[in-house]
Amino acid sequence: MRNLGFLLQKEFRQIFRDKTILAMMLALPIIQLMILPWAMNLDIKNINLSIVDNDHSSYSQQLITKIGSSGYFRIISADGSYKEALEHIENGSSDLIMELPSGFERNLFREGKQTIGISVDAINGSKASIGGAYLSSVISDFNVNLGINQIKVPDYKTKPLGFIEITFSTWYNPLAEYKYFFVPGVLVLLLTLIGGFMTALNIVREKEVGTIEQINVTPIKKWEFILGKLIPFWIIGMIVFSIGLLVIWAVYGITSVGSLPLLYIVAGSYMIALLGFGLLVSTFCENQVQAMFVAFFFILIFILMSGLFTAVQSMPHWARIISGFTPVSHFIKIMRMIMLKGSGFSDIRIELGYILTFALVLNAWAIWNYRKTS
Amino acid sequence: MKEFLVFVRKEFKQVFRDPRTLLIMFGLPVAQIVLFGFALTSEVKNIDILIVDNSKDVISSQITDKIKATNYFIVQQKNIGGADIDKTFKKGGVQAVLIYPVNFSSDLSHEGKAQIQIITDGTDPNTAKTIGNYLTAIINAYQQVKFPSASIRYQILTEPRMLYNEEDNGSMNFIPGVMALILMLVCTALTSVSIVKEKELGTMEILLVSPFKPVMVLVAKAVPYFILSLINFTLILLLSVFLLHIDVKGSILLLYMESALFILTCLSLGLLISNSTNEQQTALLISMMGMMLPTIIFTGFIFPLENMPWILRTISNVVPSKWYFLIIKSVMLKGLGFQYVWKETLILILMTTVLLTIALKKFKIRLQ
Amino acid sequence: MEEKVIVCKGLTKQFGDFCAVDKISFDVSKGEIFGFLGANGAGKTTAMRILCGLSYPSSGEATVAGFSVRNQQESIKKNIGYMSQKFSLYENLSILENIEFFGGVYGVSRKDIKERSDKLIQDLGLQKEAKKMVGGLPLGWKQKLAFSVSIFHRPKIVFLDEPTGGVDPVTRRQFWDMIYDASATGITIFVTTHYMDEAEYCNRISVMVDGKMEALDSPANLKKQYGTDSMEEVFYKLARAAKRSGD
Repeated sequence: MRNLGFLLQKEFRQIFRDKTILAMMLALPIIQLMILPWAMNLDIKNINLSIVDNDHSSYSQQLITKIGSSGYFRIISADGSYKEALEHIENGSSDLIMELPSGFERNLFREGKQTIGISVDAINGSKASIGGAYLSSVISDFNVNLGINQIKVPDYKTKPLGFIEITFSTWYNPLAEYKYFFVPGVLVLLLTLIGGFMTALNIVREKEVGTIEQINVTPIKKWEFILGKLIPFWIIGMIVFSIGLLVIWAVYGITSVGSLPLLYIVAGSYMIALLGFGLLVSTFCENQVQAMFVAFFFILIFILMSGLFTAVQSMPHWARIISGFTPVSHFIKIMRMIMLKGSGFSDIRIELGYILTFALVLNAWAIWNYRKTS
Repeated sequence: MKEFLVFVRKEFKQVFRDPRTLLIMFGLPVAQIVLFGFALTSEVKNIDILIVDNSKDVISSQITDKIKATNYFIVQQKNIGGADIDKTFKKGGVQAVLIYPVNFSSDLSHEGKAQIQIITDGTDPNTAKTIGNYLTAIINAYQQVKFPSASIRYQILTEPRMLYNEEDNGSMNFIPGVMALILMLVCTALTSVSIVKEKELGTMEILLVSPFKPVMVLVAKAVPYFILSLINFTLILLLSVFLLHIDVKGSILLLYMESALFILTCLSLGLLISNSTNEQQTALLISMMGMMLPTIIFTGFIFPLENMPWILRTISNVVPSKWYFLIIKSVMLKGLGFQYVWKETLILILMTTVLLTIALKKFKIRLQ
Repeated sequence: MEEKVIVCKGLTKQFGDFCAVDKISFDVSKGEIFGFLGANGAGKTTAMRILCGLSYPSSGEATVAGFSVRNQQESIKKNIGYMSQKFSLYENLSILENIEFFGGVYGVSRKDIKERSDKLIQDLGLQKEAKKMVGGLPLGWKQKLAFSVSIFHRPKIVFLDEPTGGVDPVTRRQFWDMIYDASATGITIFVTTHYMDEAEYCNRISVMVDGKMEALDSPANLKKQYGTDSMEEVFYKLARAAKRSGD
């Protein structure tokens, strides 16, 4: 125990003396937390639309007006031909082309149906394809509300005429703001970077410089050394977490709906798991570059599979299993559940169980791997 | 010249000797391609929905069956009330709840309309909206079939065409982003670290004392990573074409030239970082930990750049990978020629020049 | 009969096909200054690491301070001091902080740490530098400091791995004065080196060639045996046929 005290004293002195590391661990994550989530917005709006109106009828005018006033679209050009409109897609100024065939209004009466061509810049990701879906639904709305389609009078008594009305309500995030979804995730991400990278780097650095050999030759026990490394970084991690929560409140106005102490328990467990990961990586690497590369490889995959950017639910079965093996995904899930919905201990205990298992397995493996004698 | 080649060969040997460097150089791109190509998607699938059927009549069951028949939903059925719904959401097992009122069918026949209530978990706004859209489409389709008299007589149909991506290959959207991301992070990190490592170990001074001009030392360090990054790019390209079935629509020569330019930009950035610090640790932390999130976000392949506040959009203009991303999309996926990307190319050339100039100036100052 | 603090019987270390240490046998008596010579790559450092409990032997036996190197490494470590080739002190801690740390983990009480460190700093003349970072010290001072730290807890044996690398001859002489002083207090010194003139300073030396122990005696006897008047000549005659060189 005494040794642990000396180790912690040395560790803290070294950490606070290294201004770069301190900046990396405290300033960088906080700055990123303050800036980046403003960029994370998946709203589909300002869809750029090029219209080719070959009909110039009153119907086509009405449709175009309706589209323009829907609020989703920016009509950036009215082109004389499809070819001209395509130029806009090619140079990136337009996401969609809508082409109304000539004789549109007249043929709708005569033949009972007409087709409008929608061309979507499929390279532009979800914006364009969702834009296409929106355009279809605006057109469909226009269709239903056309005077000619309203003439029929429903006959209540002879035939059942149903009209199902759907009411929507969104709970927990009624304004559908993306920041509620992403901000907790970004905090988790930053904690992951700190916990995963810093321990690995720190220990491997001692290996590279040679001071680890000096430690191995002393009576310091394995568990004392390891705790001596984990505890300082754990404390720093929890400090960053706390500052992060403060920043989230100050900059985004988000407070946790659920219990704060519960959040801290989960965060603390998560840090232990992550530090165990960093520790494990350090036992496999001889120098800093190696440690960084290995840690980076795994952490990037963890982050992509974590549900931060894309939903875990939508992944194929095999990918969901892999995601289940990453501690990050469980913590993000819990963060969202507690902070946004106010879930309680019994709701999250399975996820918490996963995190604790990771903490146990990773640390045990690392401790087992670490040899004072080789 | 011969000594130069010897030097370059040594760098190659060092890279290939260490399996961990290889992991980053080649394992990472492969893993990313597999993930983005097969696992990650912005579509919404496997939705857990709870259906509360308070009416249990023919129509409600039919609609429920329709929902079950799609591949999008995993349906549970229970009869619970308001407070329990909150608890269910909190448990996290369910993303949406659909409720049929007590007299659903009879309301439909006697009063001509009835209501279905849909509650979505708004934690993920994207998913919530999409779930709403899916359910609306299913219910409307049911209505069209079941109550044809309610359908419209004069129909306007829409025929959407996916340009550049007729087969609706979902991964196409991500691949250019993956290319930009990997080249930017890996190339920059490797270059900066390799130089700083020599500084830290002290071998840099030996090199500077050799007959090489100091600038040539930097160049010699950069050349192997240039070549390796090109190989990396080729690997990603091959994987995209053969594993993910993405066609390279444009000129491959142009593609390579632009990629070579971008790699130069990243090398310059790596040089700049390595001339700003003497410690490996710092170089690693900046080029990997510090750059990871900003590169992912400001390249613009996951979050649309148009949605960002103008300050952030301006910042994204300084991120080289954003311009490369645009170039790749235009050349590789749309098959466009140089006249469409000359602006972006110019910007990359400008960035490379600026970065290199600053890096070299710092280097010369240090030599004084 | 002098107490034997290190006893080695057929100690061997293999890395795959490569035999780094090949069945060496020797012993060291209490209070001796024992020199462990050999060219780079001869196996000196490997052998020493086994004796320090940093490495497992492949076969053979050895005891240090009465404890087995095979399964009592932690007990060995309590009784020894160590100074590695890289002078492993923490560069970003001050002199006082380094002493405090290493003294503490070897079980020296806080009171004793204070007393001894004051004396040590005075002896080395480092009063003005006591709070400065070790990283800023010139090489010779770092080396002397590292040695002092390694015997701070008054161990039975201290292992020094090439402690005088890269230092000027005057400093090297001063360093050996410190070693003599330590030896006079009863600490056994086990030192590896490839400076042949330092071999003269030892009570007994051994010479390792290609993993084997090719000589084991006092410097005087060895010179007589090989008919030369310098240890360099002795070493040259032994090492000429060596197949390995360079670490």
